[in-house]
Amino acid sequence: MPQIVVEGLGKQYRVAERKAGTLGALGGLFRRNYCMVDALKGVSFNIERGEVVGYIGPNGAGKSTTVKVLAGILVPDAGRCEVNGRVPWRERIEHVRRIGVVFGQRTQLWWDLPVIESFELLRDIYRVEEAAYRKTLDELVTRLNLGAILDTPVRQLSLGQRMRCDLAASLLHAPELLFLDEPTIGLDAVAKLAVRDFLRELNHAHGVTVLLTTHDMDDIEALCSRVMVIGEGRILSDGTLDGLRAQVSSERRLIVDLERENGSFEQDGVTVERREGHRVFLRFDPRKVPAAELIGRIASRHAVRDLFVENLPIEEIIRRLYERIPA
Amino acid sequence: MSNALRLYRRFLGISLRAQMEYRASFLMQSLGNFLITGVEFLLIWALYDRFGQVPGWSLAEVALLYGLVNTSFPIAEVLSYGFDAFGSTVKAGEFDRVLLRPRSLVLQLIGQRLALKNVGRFLQGLAVLSFALSGLSFDWSAAKVLLILLALVGGVALFFGLIVLQATLAFWTTESLEVMNTMTYGGAETAQFPLSIYPAWLRTFFIFVVPLGCVTYLPVLAVLDRPAPAGLPDAALLFAPGVAFVFLAVALRAFQFGVGHYTSTGS
Repeated sequence: MPQIVVEGLGKQYRVAERKAGTLGALGGLFRRNYCMVDALKGVSFNIERGEVVGYIGPNGAGKSTTVKVLAGILVPDAGRCEVNGRVPWRERIEHVRRIGVVFGQRTQLWWDLPVIESFELLRDIYRVEEAAYRKTLDELVTRLNLGAILDTPVRQLSLGQRMRCDLAASLLHAPELLFLDEPTIGLDAVAKLAVRDFLRELNHAHGVTVLLTTHDMDDIEALCSRVMVIGEGRILSDGTLDGLRAQVSSERRLIVDLERENGSFEQDGVTVERREGHRVFLRFDPRKVPAAELIGRIASRHAVRDLFVENLPIEEIIRRLYERIPA
Repeated sequence: MSNALRLYRRFLGISLRAQMEYRASFLMQSLGNFLITGVEFLLIWALYDRFGQVPGWSLAEVALLYGLVNTSFPIAEVLSYGFDAFGSTVKAGEFDRVLLRPRSLVLQLIGQRLALKNVGRFLQGLAVLSFALSGLSFDWSAAKVLLILLALVGGVALFFGLIVLQATLAFWTTESLEVMNTMTYGGAETAQFPLSIYPAWLRTFFIFVVPLGCVTYLPVLAVLDRPAPAGLPDAALLFAPGVAFVFLAVALRAFQFGVGHYTSTGS
């Protein structure tokens, strides 16, 4: 049985309509109109043990709502949801004992305490045996390179340091499942790489299942064997990154460096995206014009210094996918 | 259970340390708390001195009521800070984290902070209570001592329950609810005087709906060997404080029900 089973999940929020201006605000004191907003409209998916799944979608698409239902924070209005065979919100305590949750925007550490004291408090909260705690802590301190900051109060940490500590904090009780909500938000390039490396190792070494929401497509490319895209409360796409590409567009990009700046590329199945001096960006569909044939044709007509083929960047794919979401 | 206590002690240690970092502020708050409520009792004394007594009640007898309320209410406030400040916890999105921890919500919320500034009010209440007990001439018996203790603990349970109910409303509205303050602070003010001075409907309200009278007025009547008010058997006075625990249990149930309707904020 899959570790996570989600079927037809639905969730509505009641949102107060506010009127503009001071008078409107005062009016709201007496009479307020509410409208129901669908955050989730029948979301279904399964996740197997050990998978690393990226969960992406535009702001307000329902990512966080899904994660909060899976984590046992929110009770959905419709549908079924089981994690490790449990209904999260019905058996909250047993459920949360076995999961770890990191919110990139919000720390779970005690702001005024040194990092190590937060860890010890979590050890008591999760009732982790002392020996197991020592072992896990040692491993996390080494892998996340926390040795030098354990005695620093959390409020004095940089964002990158804090995120590494937050990751450690969410893993002290050795959960089988980790939910990450934008774990790399606001981090610099080096810190991002450190977080990604750590997560990859964690998945390989301990088989921890990871569900990751992010806006950073590099996170997805670096970590996720599977991507789910949500928009308007529905799953739009679920599969490998390559599958997602194929679903949205099979186009590739051919970049040609010419000896001279001029040169025409008016031929079937090729569009000129843009030119930068000697460099020309072409877009083509390999199902209509095979890359080898296209390259041969171009090389025979133009003086080519260099050329290379690449996939459309994942951002481009996602943008096109989002554009299809009815507003 | 022992683990829960250990965790609670740890939480308290953190809370104490945080409050002691601002020692001057803490001392001023406690002192202020002591003085404000102290002035209140002086006012009652002044009224007595100037206008004579509440019909049928001596100053020491009123002081017994006052002392009971002002020792139990601050204890409830010291313990219930997590519920008292629950609205802002929800608004800040911090309740998500509470739900993510494998511990009872009540333990985590009472462990959030020990609101020590209320110690001032407690000391003042205790002083008035001792003044009352030394000034009154009645037959001491073990049963009466027990009843007073029960009224005290019941009072803590009742005020705690009120604060839990107030917190429960935060699941449905993010507005700050001053209405509930009329129950807690207003209730405490009301219960400092014999319920006999109020109109019948208010008396009924504070015995049967928000049973503040059950932990103050009724047990005090029993201690003073007075008859129960109209419609109640005398034996009811002895069991009245028990109602407070039922009230607290109901309030906690309501809170649990509210958790199912929690809508977290933003992402």
